[in-house]
Amino acid sequence: MNLVAFQTIVVKEIMRWTRIWSQTLLPPAITMTLYFVIFGNLIGSRVGEMDGFDYMEYIVPGLIMMSVITNSYGNVVSSFFSSKYQRSIEEMMVSPVSNWVILAGYVGGGVLRGLLTGLIVTIIASFFVDLQIHNIWVVFSVVFLTSVLFAIGGLINAVFAKKFDDVAIVPTFILTPLTYLGGVFYSISLLPEFWQGVSKLNPIIYMVNAFRYGFLGSSDIQIGVAFAIILVFIALLTSFAIYLLNRGIGLRA
Amino acid sequence: MTKALSIKDLCKTYDNGTQALKGISLEVEEGDFFALLGPNGAGKSTAIGVISSLVNKSAGKVEVFGHDIDTDLTNAKKQLGLVPQEFNFNMFEGVEQIILQQAGYYGISRKEAKKRAQPLLEQLGLWDKRDAQSRELSGGMKRRLMIARGLIHEPRLLILDEPTAGVDIELRRSMWDFMENLNKEKKTTIVLTTHYLEEAESLCRNIAIINHGEIAENTSMKGLLAKLDMETFVLDTTGLPTQMPELNGYDVRVRDETTIEVDVHKGAGVNGVFQELSKHDITVLSMRNKANRLEELFVRLVESPKGGSVA
Repeated sequence: MNLVAFQTIVVKEIMRWTRIWSQTLLPPAITMTLYFVIFGNLIGSRVGEMDGFDYMEYIVPGLIMMSVITNSYGNVVSSFFSSKYQRSIEEMMVSPVSNWVILAGYVGGGVLRGLLTGLIVTIIASFFVDLQIHNIWVVFSVVFLTSVLFAIGGLINAVFAKKFDDVAIVPTFILTPLTYLGGVFYSISLLPEFWQGVSKLNPIIYMVNAFRYGFLGSSDIQIGVAFAIILVFIALLTSFAIYLLNRGIGLRA
Repeated sequence: MTKALSIKDLCKTYDNGTQALKGISLEVEEGDFFALLGPNGAGKSTAIGVISSLVNKSAGKVEVFGHDIDTDLTNAKKQLGLVPQEFNFNMFEGVEQIILQQAGYYGISRKEAKKRAQPLLEQLGLWDKRDAQSRELSGGMKRRLMIARGLIHEPRLLILDEPTAGVDIELRRSMWDFMENLNKEKKTTIVLTTHYLEEAESLCRNIAIINHGEIAENTSMKGLLAKLDMETFVLDTTGLPTQMPELNGYDVRVRDETTIEVDVHKGAGVNGVFQELSKHDITVLSMRNKANRLEELFVRLVESPKGGSVA
């Protein structure tokens, strides 16, 4: 593996999202602060407990995960598409850097932004709730793997995107609804049995619940199943992304 | 000796059915300065795209210094540097950053890349602009940035796709010197596409002309120019008689009251033109080719129905 090339792409990505920090790091901080104030403090106090926890405490892991998912995905989709649009992706295509390294580099950049955003949101959350951690390893592994998964998803989206509108379609019409319905704000045990079954078709529910388990020790699903699902999705999306890059779909005429 | 570039029966048909390349074959010797010419849409950029892995070929074989792009793409890419026709760098990145990143893609450490970048940027007059965002550069500077980027990994074969398009005469000439020096001193094999035929004629030793996706001509520059059977000269005189006399052995056309065009066939020589004009008391002040010699041949080649003979 060409480690210099990998490092080059990751550093390039870090420089990109730090250069435009007001578009990449600031918005999630503001949005999540509003969530904590409105849903946590104002409405949350009227909701009462959820699965035996304060509502505010209950939604924190989901909100952190939501920001990680959005930023990991958003970073790769916008950066890779912008490279395609400006044709600077050709710099890599003419060089001997392998498609595995290109994928790993972009995913690395996306994961770092996702995790940094998650950290920022966690710090903000700590001003509103007394954060407890049930299992630190579950917290780290779930957030890392989820970030990887959505960063790969962002790259696949960018490969197919032909215009800037295409970059926004998946986050707006698929990712956001799935995240909101992914147990960020409620326990699926509150739903009728049929809708609980439907909810379990949503992969994000497994990630949010596994992450929440890491913090609170409470989950609607089995942790082992959640890890298995995340890993299977990573394997599938990685294979698909490599297939697309090898074939040059969306990149080579 | 291994060929720097070997293309055999290369075909490319785009998804919309356009046949951009119809089985072209050509070879470029190591150390050569090779011109790849053709009118717009002839297939030059498609051929370059295939060689540099930016375009998928439909059929045929391409080797760069003996490395087949189908079976040994990584090594083929290591030998190759590309300066594309259109600006394709990130407009928000800095000049030096772009160069260092490109080196990184080739596995060159940042320390080594920095060592190589300074003389390269200095030679191309970009060192003072190393921290500027690329979008702040002038058109000529952007072209030079692309050359620096294409050279940072010290390729053995450099493909320059219209590198002097849109740059002023002074800069164009300094870029010619740079390219000539690169070819002579560093022994870099260069493939050049250009619409400035004077550029190709003065720099290149061998030439291929593509037309409608086919090779219309592939020979040495000298060999091609030797095929020119007639040249047209423009002569400025002190004045012409009211009725322009016929010049024995030459076709003459009057352009205005002091200027004539004379067709001189191969072997006829131009001395006879002066002798004929002297007979009629016409004094010549200056003389020039109506068109660049290569340009005349080029026009004839691309205008002939099958891109065939120029004789």
